[in-house]
Amino acid sequence: MQEADISILLIGILLKTTLQMATPLILTALGGMYSEKSGVVNIGLEGMMLMGAFAAVWATFLTGNPWIGLVAAALAGGLLASTHAIVSVKFKGNQIVSGTGIILFALGFTTLMLDAVWGVAGDTPEVTPLPKVQLPFLADIPIIGIVFSQLSPIIYLMFVLSILSWFVMYKTPFGLRLRAAGEDPSTLDTAGVNVEWVRFIGVVLSGCLAGLGGAYLSIGFTTRFRKGMTGGRGFVSLAALIFGNWAPLGVFLAGLLFGFLNGLPNIIQVLAQYNSDLAFLMNYIDLIAMIPFILVVIALAGIRKSRPPKGIGVPYEKEAAG
Amino acid sequence: MYAVELENISKTFSGGVQANRNITLRIKKGEVHGLLGENGAGKSTLMNVLYGLLQSDDGRIIVNGSEVRFNSPHDAIAQKIGMVHQHFKLIPTLTVAENVVLGMEPKSSKPTKSGLGTIVLLSAFSIILMGLFLPVEQALLGALILLLSVVILYHIFRMTNPSERLGLNRLGRLGFVLEQIGSIIATLSQNLMPIGYGDAIEKIKHIAEENGLDIDPMAKVEDISVGLQQRVEIIKTLYREADILILDEPTSVLTPQEVDELFVTLERFREAGKTIILITHKLREPMALCDRISVLRDGELVGTVEKAGTSPEELAQMMVGRLVVFRVEKTPAAPSDVVLDVKNLEVLDNRNLLTVKGISIQVRSGEILGIAGVQGNGQTELVEAIVGLRKLKSGSVRIAGDDITGASPRKVRAVGVSHIPEDRQKRGLVLGFTVEENLALGQQYLAPYAKGPLTLFLDLESIQNISQETIDNHSIKVLSSKSLASTLSGGNQQKVIVARELGTKPRLLIAAQPTRGLDVGATEFIHKELISMRDAGVAILLVSAELDEIQTLSDRIAVIFDGKIMAIRNPAETTPNELGLLMAGHESNLEEVSA
Ligand SMILES: Nc1ncnc2c1ncn2[C@@H]1O[C@H](COP(=O)(O)OP(=O)(O)O)[C@@H](O)[C@H]1O
Ligand SMILES: [Mg+2]
Repeated sequence: MQEADISILLIGILLKTTLQMATPLILTALGGMYSEKSGVVNIGLEGMMLMGAFAAVWATFLTGNPWIGLVAAALAGGLLASTHAIVSVKFKGNQIVSGTGIILFALGFTTLMLDAVWGVAGDTPEVTPLPKVQLPFLADIPIIGIVFSQLSPIIYLMFVLSILSWFVMYKTPFGLRLRAAGEDPSTLDTAGVNVEWVRFIGVVLSGCLAGLGGAYLSIGFTTRFRKGMTGGRGFVSLAALIFGNWAPLGVFLAGLLFGFLNGLPNIIQVLAQYNSDLAFLMNYIDLIAMIPFILVVIALAGIRKSRPPKGIGVPYEKEAAG
Repeated sequence: MYAVELENISKTFSGGVQANRNITLRIKKGEVHGLLGENGAGKSTLMNVLYGLLQSDDGRIIVNGSEVRFNSPHDAIAQKIGMVHQHFKLIPTLTVAENVVLGMEPKSSKPTKSGLGTIVLLSAFSIILMGLFLPVEQALLGALILLLSVVILYHIFRMTNPSERLGLNRLGRLGFVLEQIGSIIATLSQNLMPIGYGDAIEKIKHIAEENGLDIDPMAKVEDISVGLQQRVEIIKTLYREADILILDEPTSVLTPQEVDELFVTLERFREAGKTIILITHKLREPMALCDRISVLRDGELVGTVEKAGTSPEELAQMMVGRLVVFRVEKTPAAPSDVVLDVKNLEVLDNRNLLTVKGISIQVRSGEILGIAGVQGNGQTELVEAIVGLRKLKSGSVRIAGDDITGASPRKVRAVGVSHIPEDRQKRGLVLGFTVEENLALGQQYLAPYAKGPLTLFLDLESIQNISQETIDNHSIKVLSSKSLASTLSGGNQQKVIVARELGTKPRLLIAAQPTRGLDVGATEFIHKELISMRDAGVAILLVSAELDEIQTLSDRIAVIFDGKIMAIRNPAETTPNELGLLMAGHESNLEEVSA
């Protein structure tokens, strides 16, 4: 009897951790999808996430309202992304260089601001996080009740945005044009649509979503901003995007998988507490924490057959020969 | 009355090529106007200027009597100009319907399932979340307001032009602000309301039926034939209600029968009062269909003539600037031993589909075997498999008895195979290398191109001398042997490849589309080279989409369709009509046709 209770509890915690870890990845990867589907490589997601995480805390600190912080995160991410858009869409610069610049800028800027605003080098003081959501009617259902207890509203937002992204991408003119811009911009141009605008909007949207992903880390899951707190999650999101074949549902599932792997060390800690037979796993916790990154490498090496947008990474030149 | 007047159009590309010089062209309403010229004459450039895709440096465009300025195709489409491009502007991964509506997506007349579903789901989400942060009464009220606003917004969004339909412009200054908001909503609604594919498909079917352009709107473009893809392009222009139709080299991808079908369609358009501009570099076509013909040469307009008052000979002379000999001098072949022996070859394409489906061919020394077929029927994969650029699934390849099945390109070259690849810029040359480096490629590890122990070092001096000699012998127009390959014209790039491939004294030469995109002079040169190689005892496998080329050069013609050899014919005993039918996969009714 008690055995069963514990295993149900464990499964619940496992799923909940997965969801928590996956949320920033999925949000950011969905963002990356808007950019890359439109044909612009966005390796700057990491920087946009970091910027969002910072802006969320800063705005919350200034106003005392974490909801304003959430909006600020999306705006800050979008603003940073718009520089990437200007460089790579308007001036047709190298997208990898621009993306790298974004990451370095975000790191430097947030570090500088930590000192300028709070006079600290590592952690900001605590701010009010977003209130946790407790769905009353779910609390009594066995596993689900555990999974959906005390979740950040950003997790629900993630579900909403996933559905919305599917709708926008496949059912609306904007989505059709976005996909066309990434496959073959000259065809879109011939159809009478301004390619630069479509790509611009795609890139800015990617920043907004990555900003939200970052906000989850600072005011959703925790209560403060820490220097470099994204810790490579932007890159993992990029891998989830590729793993998920640049499609909303794929990205969602890949995000869950990577989230699960990301949360594995935490889960093993819990497991080891309940079951001393498994305590030995604690010795390998760092090794286990590495697994997602190995998977990232495998995903990037393209073991899984994925089909990137054809025109990705190539600036659109009207007069290109051919 | 003129439908289109182009006055003094000049266009220089950023690279410095002047593609159009001071061209003045007037197209009458309702006529079929031929635009004739060799490859590189500037035909596509001129028409892209008319379509708004390129902006001219100089000159005026007048459509239906009033001057216009086209900043993008959007403006040209608004003037009812439609264009079918030489390289189709279609997205292979999308369906026919998606490709047709792109840029002009209709809103659905009734709510779509996906739209409703999404709204219901999202409303449910928001109501639940609101319920958590607000007391019950406020939550209910909030939910009610939310639902109401969603419904209202949905209806405003579905209006074609909200600011007008709501009468906002009648409200004075406040109206102005509201109108701005209205136009933002209009833009959003244009982009974020579900596309009404149901209506679009109806309209496409209607257009297809009316014009005899049968098509499946739900098929993916990558899965349909090139001929059908062209149909989609034409339907695209009709969907946009174009009155002035530009077709850029529409026949170059079609079989003779498909060309006839296309001409029937165009005839129908003429009767419906549409104005048609037909670009081509072939003489037969404008003579068959056009009312008037304009000829471009080197970016300049040579002249415009009435069809009634001209002849193919005159047009050819206008096009090339001198008298042209249509026939290549050729003696009968004297084939001897089998050089290339391909047995039951099966090859997959990039998408892992079986594309070469069991081909067996033999080419003898001293003969040219021509492979005729519409592009995309397995020719590319067949050639790549023979020369070692693509893995083969099954079958065998022998060169004069040596088994080279699955051998590396280097091994294949070593047994005496030369290859003029189909895509000269991607596979034939390294554009960023100099001409002499390109000439040495493939043999760079052998004397006299290399020297030293194990021939590890390039012999630069010898490379330069050999290259200079080759350049002189083949009269390749280039500043120096150290010029970059990318600075050469298409014809001279091809000459570099031909010179290199013939310089190795091959036993077998595989020439894939050797004259594609070349002018008459370069084409003549390459044809002569091929014939003299044949007379010297080389076995030649010629793959070409140009039926004329196949017929003049080949000693035997193999017709390929859907990855199989349909038949082998003697060029003296066959007709373009028979070949065309074979190329389209018709086997059965051959007897009647050739009778
Ligand atoms: N985008 C471009 N950039 C530079 N040169 C170009 C471009 N497009 C065409 N050209 C050059 O302009 C000339 C005319 O080309 P084009 O109009 O395509 O000829 P046509 O359609 O008659 O074969 C050619 O010399 C071609 O190389
Ligand atoms: Mg052309």
